Amino acid sequence: MNLMAQETGGILVIQALGDRIDAAGAIQFKDRMRELTRASAAPRVVLDMSRVAFLDSSGLGAVVAVLKLLAPDRKLELSGLTPTVQKVFRLTRMDSIFVIHDAVPDGLRQAG
Amino acid sequence: MRLTVPGDAISVRHAMQDLAQSDLFLGLPEGIRQNAEIVLAEVMNNVVEHAYAQRQGDITLDIDPNPSGLVCQIRDSGAPMPGLALPQGQFQALDRIDDLPEGGFGWFLIRSLTENLRYHREGCLNTLTFCLIDEQCHAD
Repeated sequence: MNLMAQETGGILVIQALGDRIDAAGAIQFKDRMRELTRASAAPRVVLDMSRVAFLDSSGLGAVVAVLKLLAPDRKLELSGLTPTVQKVFRLTRMDSIFVIHDAVPDGLRQAG
Repeated sequence: MRLTVPGDAISVRHAMQDLAQSDLFLGLPEGIRQNAEIVLAEVMNNVVEHAYAQRQGDITLDIDPNPSGLVCQIRDSGAPMPGLALPQGQFQALDRIDDLPEGGFGWFLIRSLTENLRYHREGCLNTLTFCLIDEQCHAD
């Protein structure tokens, strides 16, 4: 899926532009996230999922894989979890593993 | 309603997108609709990955409303479940990031959100049936 990265003030915000992180696209998502995070030295990485309406277990696994590949130097943060996505994180208790914001942290509004 | 879905991940995605726009789904209470979206995707992805595993085949979905939600039957002609039994769907959520699981969530989600989950193998056919209701029946 398409990911758009913007780095401001020490925070790399990556916005997921597709509406599903699922079995059909989880591997590509993970690979693209790896590329984008490797290209930046920003100490904080926030994945903006506000356009993602659905995430399945493959998508969840891919997000966890990104958390692990950034560790220990950086911690993956999430923002804008939509209801069904939130449900998947909550049921699996993965909502306690990630820092989750309602929206992209202040001072970093994405244009468009 | 009945859907026949080719057994590959892209077709499963398209089927789920079609379902989301169907009258049946749009008429569901939000909780059941969310649960149906989660469970049906997981079940079909399992068929693609394990029952068919690179081979070709179709998945037949029968989804019908009942008084408390939905009753679903999913059939495929792929390989049988190992041991002809459903996976337990347990995983251990560990504290150390290094040890976090990247898989195994699928059956856990299916078991968390369904009732009367049953698997049946007859001849070359796998049949999985379950009900989807509004509450998370097994939430701790």
